[in-house]
Amino acid sequence: MATEITKILKKRKSVILERWMKNQLTDETLREDLISNEELRAESEELIDILTKSLNETNLTDPDSSDFDHVIEILGGISLSRAKQGFSPRETGLYVMSLKETLLQILQEEVKDPADLIAATLNLSRLIDNFSIITFETFIKGREEVILRQTDEITEISTPVIRVWDGILALPIIGTLDSARTQVVMESLLTEIVESGSSVAILDISGVPTVDSLVAQHLLKTVSATRLMGAECVISGIRPEIAQTIVHLGIDLSDIVTKASLASALSFAFATLKVEVKKVAR
Amino acid sequence: MDRIPILRMGQFLLVTIQVDLYDRLALELEADLVKMVSKTGAKGILIDISAVSIVDSFMGRIIGNIGVMSKLLDAETVVVGMQPAVAITLVELGLPLKGVYTALNVEKGMDLLKSKVQIIEDDEIDAANDNEDHLPE
Amino acid sequence: MRLMITKIISLNKDKMSIAKEQDVVPFRNRVKEYAIKIKMSLVNQTKLITAASELGRNMLRYANGGKVLIEIVSLGRQHGIRLTFDDQGPGIPDIQLAMNDGYSTGKSLGLGLPGAKRLVNEFEIKSELGVGTKVTITKWANG
Repeated sequence: MATEITKILKKRKSVILERWMKNQLTDETLREDLISNEELRAESEELIDILTKSLNETNLTDPDSSDFDHVIEILGGISLSRAKQGFSPRETGLYVMSLKETLLQILQEEVKDPADLIAATLNLSRLIDNFSIITFETFIKGREEVILRQTDEITEISTPVIRVWDGILALPIIGTLDSARTQVVMESLLTEIVESGSSVAILDISGVPTVDSLVAQHLLKTVSATRLMGAECVISGIRPEIAQTIVHLGIDLSDIVTKASLASALSFAFATLKVEVKKVAR
Repeated sequence: MDRIPILRMGQFLLVTIQVDLYDRLALELEADLVKMVSKTGAKGILIDISAVSIVDSFMGRIIGNIGVMSKLLDAETVVVGMQPAVAITLVELGLPLKGVYTALNVEKGMDLLKSKVQIIEDDEIDAANDNEDHLPE
Repeated sequence: MRLMITKIISLNKDKMSIAKEQDVVPFRNRVKEYAIKIKMSLVNQTKLITAASELGRNMLRYANGGKVLIEIVSLGRQHGIRLTFDDQGPGIPDIQLAMNDGYSTGKSLGLGLPGAKRLVNEFEIKSELGVGTKVTITKWANG
């Protein structure tokens, strides 16, 4: 190649940073509320530093070269943190794209021969575009992580196993019971049964909006697993409309003990454990 | 050759499975237990599987067989200490473990066995009394 | 991080042969080691190993043993264990029938194949009469 564009870029590193910063700061999508100008500058400077360091004439045409691992790492870090801070995809994307604009401007000023300029522009575009894609991918990954963490939190807080009495556990289920949820319910219930040595578990479904055949199957599985462990499982909180659906769908729950309210399930549990609760006359 | 030891405790037999069973070992246990029930006239079998991390359909069938076979010889079987993960897996596998009772631990299993045997003995005494009542004078 | 990985890639693998009953226990232990390596939850580990045990036994009973490939695979961000059971047995004449609960040509409960399928996330079976049977199962660490 006649003109060594990597040399140009290295030489004008500070100019690139200044212009890029100017571009970013004048952009109307700048999120000063989420990131301070100093932070943004430090981030940008680090990126340009590493980029100019890793760039040479051979890897310029090879965006997949491992020379860029460090650049990608930094970009990944930036977009991950942006995803978590609540930047929009557009704002995150523009960050890399405004760098491309700046770089191309510099090339335009430095490279005189039109053929060279086109070649250099193409190569640089391809490289930076690849970086943009990576930025987007990591951005989405960052968002996914947030979602996954929230899902985990929801599953965790939605299956509280309560020791209501010595030997009696209760687990109120709120929300839909899908197979992933059933697994979590079963796991926490059975573990708690072992830990507390309980013989009766009450599964309260007052908070389950609908019971279809799939949900019923999940309930049956939970009951069977509890029985395999050697404990009894009672299902309580069956609302009248749920009783109707169960019968209309032809679901057979005759093998399991069902109670209308948590209170009656509890008195069943007392009876099983041969515990008597009575009012004391004073 | 490994063998699972069977302990005798009064009218009950006690088996603790400490190793992951391969098929022949499980089959031998089945045969040994049934022989032992017949020889000692035991009224109950307690199998502790708290150290067993895998129960597949074969192992499940052996446990079920032991239950049904000993029932024929008038003994009840209680399986105790199943791990939560094993219970969940068995349910998913579609294996209900028919023919055996389950209990959380050895202590509860013993209580269960005693109560089962008690009920049966009571019934037999009742039945015997009933017969006496109806004897022709 | 370079490209979004959309196809399953294999990271680590191991081949074991199951020729006699006693091989099943070390095989199960090896699968467990792998499952622990990718931090699979205990319940999922148990499901995977139980499925592996069913398929290993099938291979012994119907094909006089065979080979199993144990792999750690990853799809995007999730990791999993893939097991490939390969035997040179007689093959299964009617796979659909063999996948039915309670169907068995041997003296078993007939839960082996359908049960194993219920315990894993992905299940694939290929069989050719007189050539052999290949069963591939995958269990994701959090699936």
